[in-house]
Amino acid sequence: MLDRMRRSLLAAKFPIFGLAILLMVIVLALGAKWISPYDPNLVQVEDRLFPPAFAEGGSSAHWLGTDTLGRDVLSRLIYGTQVSLMVGFMAVIVAGTIGVSLGLIAGFFGGWIDDVIMRVADIQLAFPFILLSISVLAVLQARRGFEANITTLQRLIPLILTLGVAQWVTYARMARSVTLSLREKEFVEAARAMGDSKASIIFRHIMPNALAPLIVLASFNVASTILAEAALSFLGLGVPPAIPTWGGMLSESRELLVSGVWWLATIPGLAIMITVLSINLIGDWLRDFFDPRLRN
Amino acid sequence: MVKYILRRLAQSLIVLVGVSLLAFSVLFLSGDPTYLYVNEHASNEAIAQVRHKLGFDRPFHIQYLDFASRAIRGDFGISMRYGQPAFDIVLERLPATIELTLVGMFVAVIFAIPLGVIAAVRRNSIFDGGTMLFAMLGQSIPDFWLGIMLILIVGVQWKALPISGRVPILEPLFAGEFAQLGATIGDAARHLILPGVTSGVWSLSRNARLIRSSMLEVLGMDYVTTARAKGVRESLVVLKHAFKNALIPVVTIIGLEFGFLLSGDIIVENIFAWPGVGRLVIFAINQKDFNVVQASVITLAVVFVGLNLFVDVLYTWLDPRIRYT
Repeated sequence: MLDRMRRSLLAAKFPIFGLAILLMVIVLALGAKWISPYDPNLVQVEDRLFPPAFAEGGSSAHWLGTDTLGRDVLSRLIYGTQVSLMVGFMAVIVAGTIGVSLGLIAGFFGGWIDDVIMRVADIQLAFPFILLSISVLAVLQARRGFEANITTLQRLIPLILTLGVAQWVTYARMARSVTLSLREKEFVEAARAMGDSKASIIFRHIMPNALAPLIVLASFNVASTILAEAALSFLGLGVPPAIPTWGGMLSESRELLVSGVWWLATIPGLAIMITVLSINLIGDWLRDFFDPRLRN
Repeated sequence: MVKYILRRLAQSLIVLVGVSLLAFSVLFLSGDPTYLYVNEHASNEAIAQVRHKLGFDRPFHIQYLDFASRAIRGDFGISMRYGQPAFDIVLERLPATIELTLVGMFVAVIFAIPLGVIAAVRRNSIFDGGTMLFAMLGQSIPDFWLGIMLILIVGVQWKALPISGRVPILEPLFAGEFAQLGATIGDAARHLILPGVTSGVWSLSRNARLIRSSMLEVLGMDYVTTARAKGVRESLVVLKHAFKNALIPVVTIIGLEFGFLLSGDIIVENIFAWPGVGRLVIFAINQKDFNVVQASVITLAVVFVGLNLFVDVLYTWLDPRIRYT
């Protein structure tokens, strides 16, 4: 399986490109402390609004220029990878864990348990998810003034949980439908006859069969969650202002658009797009890889 | 059919009760909602006073029932910021949001159909590759960044289109002021182009990919081969035999599409200073005007649920097989 995966990956060019970019972003996030040239929050007012080094008037001291407060754009960009990846992956893990568990339970037990879980899912689908995130974060943000000093990850937890809880429904639906189609199959019947416990049947016999579509779903979901985090930070709701994020950088760039400060708006957006694109490319390849109809 | 509609109606009502419960209980996420309405330095007596005045000292279910019974009558309390009923403020902004959503929908559907169909018919051509690359980019580009880039290039550099504000279309249309509408519609359309494109591009990309793959699937079916073997013209095979069936999965997602666009427009409205509910809700959040936040959230959910119901019923009427599943 892994061998086949490696060969298929090497045969296709786009996903390799995607994987390379994603690995680079991960390295940047993990090594931000050592890689980034400046402290991302270092204010140097005398250096404010330097264009990037490759543009007219740029300086090689700041490769991607500086913002209104003279903070180094490259350093902020590198630190921004941490929030994007952390929120993107962890929110998907939260959504996947809740969704898959509930979906397996709903599909396996059926009856009123199934009814309750799926009705709750319907309600949540009727509540556009960004609206849900916004209302939750608005309340949490309003309370922020009452909290003592906490770490970056702790500050991100509300956002991660919100985005996770807002997105469990798709996982639940998928896990449920796979469970429904497998519940009456012979191998499940056999496991039951051998006296396996319900938990063992669900997690050892049914779940592995649902894994492929769930992995594909999760990979696309990481991409869309990174977009959602950026959007919420852009609206000023996601991450507290002290932490550099791509969405936050974009939001700060808006006032200067008309006066020709193009780099503050262009660079973080490109970073988001390239990261999301690379994850989408990997997702596309995973989907094709797991789809037996496309196998020759 | 009537039975089906009644059942769907009942389901929608349950969903709305759930949404209202959610929108209401969100206030309690941080513990005592009184703290949302007082400043950091308020004394304990002042806090207790506000708590009593706002009714937060009552049991939760009583508070919710009170909230729900007022919400049904469109009473979400007075906006702390505007000093007017919160629901009136939301209703005033609703046409702008619906207008933007409709234009986004138009962009998402009208351009996606020819792109997807031609890409499928000319599979592996340059056109196909180009369209799919564009679609991939369209699904990876953050909508708010696309909006900013459009402002920067089309608005600031070329000075070709307005980058903020709105000239109403729906209000004069429903008020029957056609003369006024005729005079301003050109300007109104120009104001809609950039926000509309920003709002619709993600869905346009998704739909183009979806239509292409569903066309490819249908084009490989036996009845299409039969039609070709009978000597039916290729254009007729594509348009009549294949296209109609390829549309079914697309119609299915259109109902959900509205909700998606509606929530995406919260961001688009904030970029283009579009005076709709999305801009209002973010403004209200920053002002801690929670009555307006609740009114906006519930109004948007009602619009969304209503549209879904409408699309579902319409769909069932088009394809009767669904009624029995």
